[in-house]
Order: sequence, then C-alpha cells, then structure tokens
Amino acid sequence: MEDREFGFSLSEEQSSMKDTVAKLVKSMVMGNPAHDMDEERKLSREVIDKVWELGATVSMVPEEYGGYGMEYSPIMNSIFLEELAFGDMALAIAATLPSTFIYTILQMGTEEQKKKYLPLYCDPAYKACTVAVNEPRFGFDAVSLETKAVKNGSKYTINGKKCFVPMAKDSGHMLVAADADGKMDLFIVDGNNPGLKIGEREKNLGLYALESYPVVLENCEVPADDRVGGDNGCDYSRFLQKTRIALSAIGTGMSRASYEYARDYAKERVQFGEPIASRQSVAFMIAEMAYEVDAMRLMTWKAASALEAGRDAKRESYLAKLYAGEMTMKLTDYGVQILGGHGYIRENPVERYYRNGRGIAILEGMATV
Amino acid sequence: MINLEMTQKMMDVKNGMNNMASSMLRPISRHYDEREHEYPKELDVFRSIKIMSRPKKKKEGEEAKPEKPGPKKLGTNLSTVLVIEELCWGDLGMVLSLPNAGLGNAAIVAVATDEQMERFGDKWASMAITEPGSGSDSGSITAKATLDGNEWVLNGEKIFVTCAERADVAVIWATVDKSAGKAGIKSFLVEKGRPGFKLEKLEHKLGIRASDTGTYVLDDCRIPKDNILGSAEVKQSTEGFKGAMKTFDNTRPLVASMSLGVTRAALDLTREKIEESGIKLDYEKNPNNMSAIEKEFYMMEANLEAMRLLTWRAAWMMDNGEANSLEASMCKAKSGRDGTLIAQRCCELLGPLGFSCENLAEKWMRDVKITDIFEGTGQIQHLIVARSVLGYSSKQLK
Ligand SMILES: Cc1cc2nc3c(=O)[nH]c(=O)nc-3n(C[C@H](O)[C@H](O)[C@H](O)COP(=O)(O)OP(=O)(O)OC[C@H]3O[C@@H](n4cnc5c(N)ncnc54)[C@H](O)[C@@H]3O)c2cc1C
Ligand SMILES: Cc1cc2nc3c(=O)[nH]c(=O)nc-3n(C[C@H](O)[C@H](O)[C@H](O)COP(=O)(O)OP(=O)(O)OC[C@H]3O[C@@H](n4cnc5c(N)ncnc54)[C@H](O)[C@@H]3O)c2cc1C
Repeated sequence: MEDREFGFSLSEEQSSMKDTVAKLVKSMVMGNPAHDMDEERKLSREVIDKVWELGATVSMVPEEYGGYGMEYSPIMNSIFLEELAFGDMALAIAATLPSTFIYTILQMGTEEQKKKYLPLYCDPAYKACTVAVNEPRFGFDAVSLETKAVKNGSKYTINGKKCFVPMAKDSGHMLVAADADGKMDLFIVDGNNPGLKIGEREKNLGLYALESYPVVLENCEVPADDRVGGDNGCDYSRFLQKTRIALSAIGTGMSRASYEYARDYAKERVQFGEPIASRQSVAFMIAEMAYEVDAMRLMTWKAASALEAGRDAKRESYLAKLYAGEMTMKLTDYGVQILGGHGYIRENPVERYYRNGRGIAILEGMATV
Repeated sequence: MINLEMTQKMMDVKNGMNNMASSMLRPISRHYDEREHEYPKELDVFRSIKIMSRPKKKKEGEEAKPEKPGPKKLGTNLSTVLVIEELCWGDLGMVLSLPNAGLGNAAIVAVATDEQMERFGDKWASMAITEPGSGSDSGSITAKATLDGNEWVLNGEKIFVTCAERADVAVIWATVDKSAGKAGIKSFLVEKGRPGFKLEKLEHKLGIRASDTGTYVLDDCRIPKDNILGSAEVKQSTEGFKGAMKTFDNTRPLVASMSLGVTRAALDLTREKIEESGIKLDYEKNPNNMSAIEKEFYMMEANLEAMRLLTWRAAWMMDNGEANSLEASMCKAKSGRDGTLIAQRCCELLGPLGFSCENLAEKWMRDVKITDIFEGTGQIQHLIVARSVLGYSSKQLK
C-alpha cells in the first residue's frame, strides 16, 4: 500500500464537518438544554433528528444500499463523536446508535443482510436500531459472553441477559452479542421477536437522558441467516475495536467539556482576593487537563488511523479505550474539584460529566466509528 | 490530513537507529555507568556524522528555512525525535555525550552568523545557563559580560553544564546590562583554553553517569568582540531573550523523546519478564478480569503511547512551520513526569530483578529522572501550559 502522508492537521472536509457539528451542539445542546434533558430524563428528539440529518453515517454507505457512497472514514467518525459528546454523552450515543447497526452489517454482513437491512436504516429520517453487548453480572467481559446462541437446524436459539441496551423499546432491530459455540458473534434480532423480553427502563449512575433497558433473551429464535456474516460469523474483534475507538472519542469530548468549563470558571471565581486560576494548585490541574484531553484525542486518532489504513487496530483501540476510561474519570473529577461545592450541585454540568464519565471504562459496544 | 500511521520512511529510521542502539550502546551501557567521568571512546565514530548542521543563511538576519516535509520527505524534527527515542532506548547518558551534538551546537545552528558557523560549526559546544543562584529562573542570571575595546570580559560561575569537560567551546549566557533585566542577557562563544576560563569540577550524579556535568568559572576571561551570538544591542523589549528561549520549543520535544526511549526500554524488559512468566498480553480481556500486573502494564503502555503522540505532534508542528511552544511544553510536562513514574513502577513490578544491578532497569529509573528536570522542570512546563491556556501573564500566574 502506498504511504500516506503522516500528519496531525484536519483536512478541509474534516474541519468543516467538525464546525458544523460544533455549531449545532453549541446552539441546541450546550448549557440549559443538556441540563434539562438530564433532569427530565429525556433526550430531545428534535436534536437527534437534526444530528441524523447531517447524514454523517449514511453518507459513508454505498448508494446501492441507500447511502451516498462516500469513502468510509473512522477518523471522520471519531471527530464527529467527540464533538457530539462535548455537548452531551447521552445524546452522542443515541444520535449515532443506528450507525453501529449500519456499519456492522455493511462491513461484516453477508450480501443478503446488506440488501435486506441497510435500506431500512439508511434513511434521511432517524430510525432507532440498537446493540446489546453488556451483561448485568460481576466479571462481565465482552470477549467471553454468557449469552449463548445454539444452532438448531436453520435457526439459532439465544438465551441470556443483557443490560444497558439503549432505546431498546423503540428499536426495529437489535444486534445481540452472544457466544456461538465458543466464538463470540453478533445476531440480528427483530424488535418484535417473541423471545425478546424488554424490561423496565433502567436507572443508572449516569446518562439519565438516555433511555436504556435490560433485555432478557428467552429461547429467542432467530433464522440462521441472521447471524452477522453468515455461517462462520463475523470479525467480532473488529466490531469491538470500532466500538472502543468510539468510546475513546466520546470520552475525549466529555473530558474536553469538563476541562473548558472548569478553565473558564477558574478565571471568574475569586477567592482570597484573586481568581482561583492564579493559584498553581488549580492552574496545574488545568494544565494537566489540557494536555490529557489532547493525548486522549491523539490515541483515538491513532487507532482510527490504523483502521483507516485497513490495518488491525486491536492493540491501539484497546489502549485508547483503557486510557480514555482512566483519564475521563480523572478529568471529570478535576472538573468537579475546581468548582468546589458548586461542582457538586447539579446545576453545573461538571456534576453530570462526573457521573457520565464513569461509563467510558465500563460500557462496551454502544457506539462505533 | 490526520494520519498517525507510521510511514515506511519513519519505520526505516526507527529500525536503523534501533539496530545501532542495540549493537553499539546497550553493550557498553553498564560499563560506563560504573565509570563516571570516563569518556565513552566508542562514541568517536559519531564524530564524523553531522548531526547539527544547516545550510548557509541567505541574507543577514534571515532564518535558514528547512524544506517543508511531504509524503516522501520526513521533517527534520520528527525524524530527530524518532532517532533520539531509539538511541535513548540504548542509553540516554551516551546520547547526551554524542560528539558535536550538544545543546550549544543547537544554539549555534539556530543563531550563528555564517562566519561564526565557519569557526565553530565543527566544534563540540556545551551550553551554560544555570548558576548556583539561578536555575528555573534563568532570566535572573548574574554572570557578567563587559565590553573592553575589541574584547568582551566575562565573569561568573556556571553549574550543571552538560559535556562541560568534553566540549571544545561553551555557549555562555551572561548579562551585558543587569539593569535591563532579560533584555540584557546575551550568549557568548568561549573556547576551551582561554585564560580565565576554567572547568572547576565534575559532578557525581544519580543517573546519566556516562554524561559529564560540570562547573565553569569565568574570571576576567577575555574573548573577541565577535564571539557574541546574535546582536550586542540591548533592546528595550525582551525579544532577544524570548528568541533564545524559542530554541527550547525545538529542544523540549527532544528531551521528551529521551524519556520515551528510556521508558520504553523499561517497559520492554518488563513485558519480556511478564511473558516469560506465562502471562499472555493479548489486548483483549476486560481490565477487571486480569491480574494487577497486566492491567498496570497496559496502562503504562497506554501512557507511553500518549507521551509519544504529544511529542510527535510538537515536532511535526515545528516541521510544518506552526507555532508549537504550548505543545512542546505539553509533551515535556507529560513525558518527564510519566516516564519517571513508569520507570519506577517497572522496577517495582520486576521485584528483585528491578533492584539488582544485574539488570538495567534500576539504571533506567535513575536515568529517566533527568528528563523531568533539565531544560525546564516539570513544574515550569506546567506553568507554561497553564499560562498559555488561561491566557495569563507571568504576573497573573506566578
Ligand atoms: C453538599 C454540601 C453541603 C454543604 N454544607 C455546608 C454547610 O452546612 N454549611 C456551610 O457553611 N457550608 C456548607 N457547604 C459549603 C462548602 O463548605 C463549600 O462548598 C466549600 O468550603 C468550598 O467552597 P466553594 O464551594 O465556594 O469553593 P471555592 O472556595 O470557590 O473553591 C473552588 C476551588 O478552588 C480551590 N481554592 C480556593 N482557594 C484556593 C487557594 N487559596 N489555593 C488553592 N486552591 C484554592 C478549592 O480547593 C476548590 O478546588 C456545603 C457544600 C456542599 C456541596
Ligand atoms: C544532569 C544535569 C544536566 C544539566 N545540563 C545543563 C546544561 O547543559 N546547561 C545548563 O545551563 N543547565 C543544565 N542543567 C541545569 C538544569 O537546567 C536546572 O537544574 C533546572 O533548570 C532546574 O534548576 P535548579 O536545579 O536550580 O532548580 P530550581 O530552579 O531551584 O527548582 C527547584 C524546584 O522548585 C521548582 N520551581 C522553581 N520555580 C518554580 C515556580 N515558579 N513554580 C513552581 N515550582 C518552581 C522546580 O520545578 C523544582 O522542582 C543540568 C542539570 C542537570 C541535573
């Protein structure tokens, strides 16, 4: 493969997309809207629609399946997710949720699966479809699932418990991660499948605004044709890589929001006759936040660059998510700390970032590049 | 465009330098650690390689502009940080002792006239800023230079000078007008052997023992008038001092990449021992379901990657003519601190192997510490970053 130029600067296309999302987020999400959505535990459908109308995901799908046929770019998707998460993590997950379904089928599905499912969701209007990876148990690991899929003739029977399934109630289809005879794989399950039991909406530490549900699969039968990739399954490792990069991008965006809010606050807040930012113990936290946000972003881009070059990104995506998980906790904590008592009060967004931030390390598979 | 995949050219540089480090530096690393102040004569082979050079300036006062990098061409700064990481993976003390590649050489290349280049370009140059009473606050130096006819007369004491003994010439910072503050600070080229210029002593150090660090005393030392680097004029502004400090925008990523090399050496050994013990590092399992050693290893590796990307970014920006003071300080702040912590933790994870001089891990822990100290301590880097992102002056954030 020909060497591409090595570099750190956004292309024109990338920066114009970034600006577009940033503008939308600034006018419709930052400040009160994000706070209200969290308090009311309800995302604004209007914002979700607006984000979807930007067409970031659909544009990268070939025309024959309902897209606009532009080149697929995990880096572009990382930039997109960071900007959305800068506004709100719950929104970033919900607004890009169909992408996980779409890209998985597009890149790992059989020709029949692509023809059948992609046009359903590659639509100018947002239509929910979701992913069920996480399981409610101690020691959960996305690479060794307790949800099992057993083949019976032309069908698979799936049994298991899932949690944190975003928008499960509204979703037309769900990608379910399950262990099929020792190989982790993904199955396309119809939202109306009778073997799918969607529970009461969850209450979680963070992401108040994101509707998420526990899902029980009880002798849930799916046609063998709906195993993503066909009889031999799909490249599950690649699926995880893409979702890990996405969570790193989201962590970067949210940490940046915490950093910028705390930085500006520290210049305004006067105690002992001076802005608190003029004290080294506060200023050095701000400096650390500044370079760690950049470091998280560069780790995300590094992993996305590997995918973009068509290379395996197992190591890079793993390290990026591990780093983003740890750093998001640290930086969202700094955000609260710099605001002092005010950081503990829900009116200030750093409180929400602190709760949501814990999710980066814990959650798997809820977004993709 | 954003693309953080290493190009073939970068891989070639890295691999070539790694070969050199493992065949030439590693084998003698312990030897010279145990023989402080002895010059590693094996380094003489590097004498002929022009590490610090530049094309002639076009006009007086015009900066020599390096060619812009592109898909086929690797930028000078990016290529240098790659080289330094690999060589320091071999041995940091020896990299600091490479002939004709001192910090003073960097200053000469940056500001010397063509005529000075002619006289000093082939010499090994140390850089002497620090004084007993003036470390981080380099603007407060008291060494003095007074013009007497056609000569400058220098007086003062300089400490902690890298390559103090081995260098042929020293770039000495001194003030021509104390009342002018930073604007009065100039640098001077002082050759070894000038009367009144003495190497007073060599230090005994925690690490980088292969590198000599010494004290210069200047006692009515006379040098020709045109041994001054840059203009003699004391301007009202501090532009001149700021210009000198700008050299550090170049060199901070280099110091950061020194940390990358030593830190990676420590991590490589730790990985080897972890894998020998039967643990497979496969970048797959949930960090909750692995041993503390594995998780910590991954986290240290992630940190190293973060250090490296910040460093490469600062170097790349410099190659592309972008202002990079902030990014240069960011990479040094992170790499100096985290490199130190990682090398310490590696010793701990290695257990008895990390405390014994049978292995180099204990040496790397001593060596890497310097990267959080020289060319601006970690605190000073944090100050620079904080001021920059807060938009504060040095008065608003002391
Ligand atoms: C749940 C809750 C219950 C409370 N209960 C009570 C109560 O019963 N009675 C009561 O009177 N108060 C109460 N408080 C207030 C609490 O004591 C204050 O919030 C706390 O003292 C910090 O003050 P602040 O929030 O104004 O932060 P600030 O003083 O504005 O501090 C903001 C940040 O700047 C840092 N900072 C400030 N000055 C300096 C400095 N000189 N050097 C370095 N860093 C500095 C702080 O450490 C902090 O990180 C309560 C607060 C909360 C959140
Ligand atoms: C091995 C070695 C090689 C060296 N090589 C050279 C060389 O070639 N040429 C040369 O000129 N110098 C050289 N130095 C000197 C080096 O640059 C200085 O040691 C360094 O700049 C720190 O100065 P200091 O040691 O006087 O510490 P100080 O400035 O006294 O600092 C002591 C502590 O206070 C902190 N501190 C200082 N000011 C502030 C502040 N405003 N805010 C917060 N914290 C602060 C520092 O971070 C540090 O932790 C070398 C030093 C060593 C050890």
